[in-house]
Amino acid sequence: MSKHRVSRRQFLSYTLTGVGGFMAAGMLMPMVRFAVDPVLKASEGGDYVATKQKVDDLTEEPKRVDFTIKQVDAWYESEETQTAWVYKDDKGEIVALSPVCKHLGCAVAWNTDKSNPNHFFCPCHYGLYTKDGANVPGTPPLAGLDVYEHTTKDGILYLGAVKPHKGA
Amino acid sequence: MLNKIYDWVDERLDITPLWRDIADHEVPEHVNPAYHFSAFVYCFGGLTFFVTVIQILSGMFLTMYYVPDIKNAWESVYYLQNEVAFGQIVRGMHHWGASLVIVMLFLHTLRVFFQGAYKKPRELNWVVGVLIFFVMLGLGFTGYLLPWDMKALFATRVGLQIAESVPFIGTAVKTLLAGDPTIVGAQTLTRFFAIHVFFLPAALLGLMGAHFMMIRKQGISGPL
Repeated sequence: MSKHRVSRRQFLSYTLTGVGGFMAAGMLMPMVRFAVDPVLKASEGGDYVATKQKVDDLTEEPKRVDFTIKQVDAWYESEETQTAWVYKDDKGEIVALSPVCKHLGCAVAWNTDKSNPNHFFCPCHYGLYTKDGANVPGTPPLAGLDVYEHTTKDGILYLGAVKPHKGA
Repeated sequence: MLNKIYDWVDERLDITPLWRDIADHEVPEHVNPAYHFSAFVYCFGGLTFFVTVIQILSGMFLTMYYVPDIKNAWESVYYLQNEVAFGQIVRGMHHWGASLVIVMLFLHTLRVFFQGAYKKPRELNWVVGVLIFFVMLGLGFTGYLLPWDMKALFATRVGLQIAESVPFIGTAVKTLLAGDPTIVGAQTLTRFFAIHVFFLPAALLGLMGAHFMMIRKQGISGPL
């Protein structure tokens, strides 16, 4: 017998707390799991989506390619237009860059800043990226533009998931 | 650890008397099922409160997904019930709890009635209790429309026509509830939602507060 005697009052208060806690947990657990569901939902892998861009028409000059994806937002399904900046690099390989600025998410565009030609430029805070999507040091963005995975089928450009920029 | 935090706060704010006033009071023998099992009839008021707490909690969580709009209401309910984890459980709690709270309320009312516990000096508490009953019925009526399915729509049509049958003010009351003289639609749904989640719960909390303060002040009625 341990020296630590539990009084009747203590025993009852522990038991009541335990039972009460169990009931409260049984009540709250489904609700909390219900509420945090968006965090735990598995994200869907990006399928390749056809654009209207013929691969042969791509040049070394980045070109704005708009394409539509089917977006499922819980009970709301819609078609959303997305943009990619696409060009062929020196080796003739296709590069498709996301237009979302890595600073605060504005949309960048090619060659729109007169004082910095041949750069991607973000008008919000004057972020700059070189042609390969690498951020120019000294401007607000801290990372390069994201890159779309891409593939070609029947001479048409298909774009897929967005991957982080590989360090220049 | 918890004790230390409690002591730290209590030393500064003297919170012990606050909760002792609320929580620390003896249950009379004739009300305690441990002495007389038949005393379980005294549990119905507390059970009503318990189910009400579940209703408030599950309702709060349901509004994380629900939209009170005629185009999206049904879709959002379908989504939260079928796509969200535990959606069926949380909605089920609210759905069944809504019926259960009426049942418990009714049993509590029967107990008070047949024991004559409403008699002087507790008449005011009876009146407040009846008001709580009406508020609960209102919550049931307005909540029934929110899933925006056929059953909800036609039940509300019927309910609104009952309201319309009141002499003189009936038509005005119906329009006030539905937001339109003839249509049960977009405005009805938003109104019912607002009434269901803001107005009636606020009234309910106030009335329940009064109900509990009165029973604490007057004490529970003596044995038969």
